[in-house]
Amino acid sequence: MADYLMASNPDSLVPEPLAQLPWRLILLVLAIFGLGLAVLYSAAGGDLQPWASNHAIRFALFFAFAIILSRFREEHWKFFAFPLYGATLLGLLGVEIMGQVSGGSQRWLDLGFMRIQPSEIMKPVLILALAKFYDTLPSGELRRFIAIWPALLIIGMPAALVVIQPDLGTTLVLVAAGVTVMFLAGLPMRIFVGGALAMAAAIPLAFQFLLQPYQQNRVLTFLNPENDPLGTGYHITQSKIAIGSGGLFGKGFLNGTQSHLAYLPEGHTDFVFATMAEEFGLLGGLLLILGFALLIRWGIRVGRRSESTFAKLTAAGLATTIFFYFAINLMMVMGLAPVVGIPLPLVSYGGSAMLTVLICIGILMSIDRENRMRRR
Amino acid sequence: MKRRRPSLSINDNMRKTMYSRRAIILGGAQLGVAGLLGARMAWISIAENEQWQLLSESNRVQLSLIPPRRGWIVDRDGQPIAMNRSDFRVDLIPDRLHDREPVLAALTELLDLPSDEIARINEELDTVPGAQPVQVAAGLEWEQFAAVNVRLPELPGVAPVQGFARYYPAGAAVGHLVGYVGAPTREQYLEEDEDPLLLFPGFKVGKDGLEKTFEDSLRGEPGARRAEVTARGQLVRELDTRPDRPGETLQLTVDAGLQEYIGRRLGNESGAAIVMNCQTGDVLAMASMPCFDPNSFSDGISHPEYNMLSEDERVPLRNKSLLGMYPPGSTFKPAAALALLEAGVDPEESIYCDGGYTLGNRRFRCLGVHGWVNMHQAIARSCNTYFYAMSRRVGIQRIAEAARRLGLGAEYPIPVANQNYGTVPDDEWIVGRHNREWTEADTLNTSIGQGYLLTTPLQLTVMSARIASGRDVNPRFLQNDRGLANRLTGVSAENLQLVRAAMDEVVNGAGTAPRARLPLDDVRLAGKTGTAQVVNLSAGRGGRGVPWRFRDHGLFVSFAPADDPLYACAVVVEHGMSGGRAASPVARDAITYLYDPDRAMEELERLEEGWGGDIFTRMARQEAEYRRDQGLAPREGLPIVPARTNSEDEDGGWQTT
Repeated sequence: MADYLMASNPDSLVPEPLAQLPWRLILLVLAIFGLGLAVLYSAAGGDLQPWASNHAIRFALFFAFAIILSRFREEHWKFFAFPLYGATLLGLLGVEIMGQVSGGSQRWLDLGFMRIQPSEIMKPVLILALAKFYDTLPSGELRRFIAIWPALLIIGMPAALVVIQPDLGTTLVLVAAGVTVMFLAGLPMRIFVGGALAMAAAIPLAFQFLLQPYQQNRVLTFLNPENDPLGTGYHITQSKIAIGSGGLFGKGFLNGTQSHLAYLPEGHTDFVFATMAEEFGLLGGLLLILGFALLIRWGIRVGRRSESTFAKLTAAGLATTIFFYFAINLMMVMGLAPVVGIPLPLVSYGGSAMLTVLICIGILMSIDRENRMRRR
Repeated sequence: MKRRRPSLSINDNMRKTMYSRRAIILGGAQLGVAGLLGARMAWISIAENEQWQLLSESNRVQLSLIPPRRGWIVDRDGQPIAMNRSDFRVDLIPDRLHDREPVLAALTELLDLPSDEIARINEELDTVPGAQPVQVAAGLEWEQFAAVNVRLPELPGVAPVQGFARYYPAGAAVGHLVGYVGAPTREQYLEEDEDPLLLFPGFKVGKDGLEKTFEDSLRGEPGARRAEVTARGQLVRELDTRPDRPGETLQLTVDAGLQEYIGRRLGNESGAAIVMNCQTGDVLAMASMPCFDPNSFSDGISHPEYNMLSEDERVPLRNKSLLGMYPPGSTFKPAAALALLEAGVDPEESIYCDGGYTLGNRRFRCLGVHGWVNMHQAIARSCNTYFYAMSRRVGIQRIAEAARRLGLGAEYPIPVANQNYGTVPDDEWIVGRHNREWTEADTLNTSIGQGYLLTTPLQLTVMSARIASGRDVNPRFLQNDRGLANRLTGVSAENLQLVRAAMDEVVNGAGTAPRARLPLDDVRLAGKTGTAQVVNLSAGRGGRGVPWRFRDHGLFVSFAPADDPLYACAVVVEHGMSGGRAASPVARDAITYLYDPDRAMEELERLEEGWGGDIFTRMARQEAEYRRDQGLAPREGLPIVPARTNSEDEDGGWQTT
């Protein structure tokens, strides 16, 4: 006990629960959020309304929720993994049925006090379920078929429900994070190599038969944005103009013209990075990338320090989920990926992605806490 | 530890090692992606920074042109000949027009567009490049303009413009002199390196005449307005404004009053009339009628109106002053007489005229039987026989020389796109042109202004000016270089005086143009009539009994005052039958106008009453009749004309009566 206190916080005046918090991580998260807050303040033309204040309130609530989650023990997560998965899957099904009944596509459930997107909740829950599955699987079974098909089923069911919503971005994150967990679980390398080859072959078919016309259009436009400079390509072009015109130090806080004159569409949500880069330049962009890199590295490290397979896979899987948000969003705004509608967590305005990422961080903190307690 | 594959059984330790290894791979891959994103961002914001900054600026700043106001064209006293008046107009921008039908339907209702205008708009919309505006209507009333503005939100692609329109107060009377303006063509746009000014709605460039020649100085420099705008086109703030520099005023030597007067005075005739200061060469008036109204061209002319003009047998689209070529006929006789005098012919020597002259077995006719005539009488009474006999004696070379010295067959240094040089034939010319030897018969024909000799009305004016002043005058249109022209070389003053005295006799004595006598006490007009054969009719002269287009041209050259010449004037009336009857009264009234405008106007108003109104009225009626005959709907602003009956076929048309 004394050893732990000495190591983390020699000042014993601080109460123990507070002292136990991973303050460096919290500062990192607060820094990323703070930058987002500043950008939203600027995007509203130098006003807390309508975005920045809401953003701050949501962050406070969700971050408190994450701290609460961090107090749970590893065995709680392990125990609730499948029930949570089942419930979220039912939620996804419910959203789909409600959409069918009301005749329009709908992604959220109204709980009265807040709206919940089951597809967002599914991201951390899917990781938990997969980790739980591989945790139960004896090491000797890893090279058997039994190690593959249940995992595919666990990934496939929510992915199928999300893709018909249709929400291509979320599906991508779900599948990519799920496959990463399978990779970390120790499945034979050749499956992934073969799978990658099969994917490459299947992409044209998927493009043809699975994607909606507007999604096909986005992909085509990504491949050649000049084709449609005023349609879908407009987003990518304007985003690149915002980032590129920022230069090294940016145009200065509140001085972005692309965002303030409304040339940049979705400048406070999906394209918030472009808004940021226009005003803070390459320097601001690199700082934000560094922030996310540190956050993700922390998650991966938590996994490596964990003892159980469940904790290892959960931690790395959650870190990877955050990574995919970050990577897909940035690739999108820099014209390296099609416009798929993935926000930049903690920075973009909007509750769902923030909630998901803070849940991920909360679970990661709980595993981190477990690790430290064990080391004591 | 070596991994054996395929290893079916894996223990927990191996599993942990594998996890660690794969977690490192994963972390490394993620770090790699983060690095890639950083590099990509650096590439965009540093390496490509300039390009994106430019695009960002062009997003933010909207540059709008302020088109320059076109310079005025004014007469020698500063009276406007071409000016600008504010204009309400409506354009369509094809690029922004997504659904043509409903927009056009709404505009038709708001602006009362006639069907042929809609046809023109549709045609232009199909052909012009997308960013170039198509004019819907110009010269709108404020109420109509306001009505379009009110409904603008539901009319995408419609652009109301408040600008300036070119206005020519004298209308058709100045059409050929100043030309007209119109929207630039695609070729012009490309020629001027895609100058965006040329695409500006309602921007016009000179298309013909002086408007075209002096385009550069009349156009001016556009101004620019830089404004910060949002993506939706909302103005955030004005950044800066550079005002336009209006085009320069072009001052002509022309007398606007006289110009309009002679345009009107030509009436329904097809022809040209030019008045020039014979000491300086300043052109005081140069009219070619009938003419288009340059105002209609500048507003964008409709198809029926254009068709009417191009189908008219009196070719209103051709500037006859510079491009019409006519045999001078007897108006050439003063020049021929000068040639004879310079060649040493004694002016008192008489020739007996028995109604013609026999050369070999060919008889050259004279119009009368004049008996014994000397040079003075031969000019006054226009005796061909005298000139046949004398020119045969001196030869074509002397005559051609005198003709050239007096300005025939020459290209003048004047600011026009096109002028005809005419022909002064001689023995060299005929070999090159017709590949035969010059004959004496050719000399005889040339001496009375027929044969191969061809002149433009402007050349006839210069010829009479040079005879009148003895100066080497060239036509001048710009009021900038003043001063008298140089003395003519190779012509003696006494000889010129002899010719001038004979021309005085033509009008004021026993001559062929008594109608040209001025109704003034102290000024005499001197001149020479001419009648040029259009076709060689076996039935004799092309007079009243033949269709209009076969009738002889009537010509008249003159100067005044006869004893101290200041003005020279030439008039050509196509198919006017004779110079004395058709052309000389026009010259008389033009010169009268210079000395007593009120008296001249009285005469003109009396004449116009007989013709059925002034030019605007008559042209409007002509257009109304044309539309009726073509089965087109009447256009607003035109008079209502009764249905055509067969007996109205006045001038005989094509039939011989």
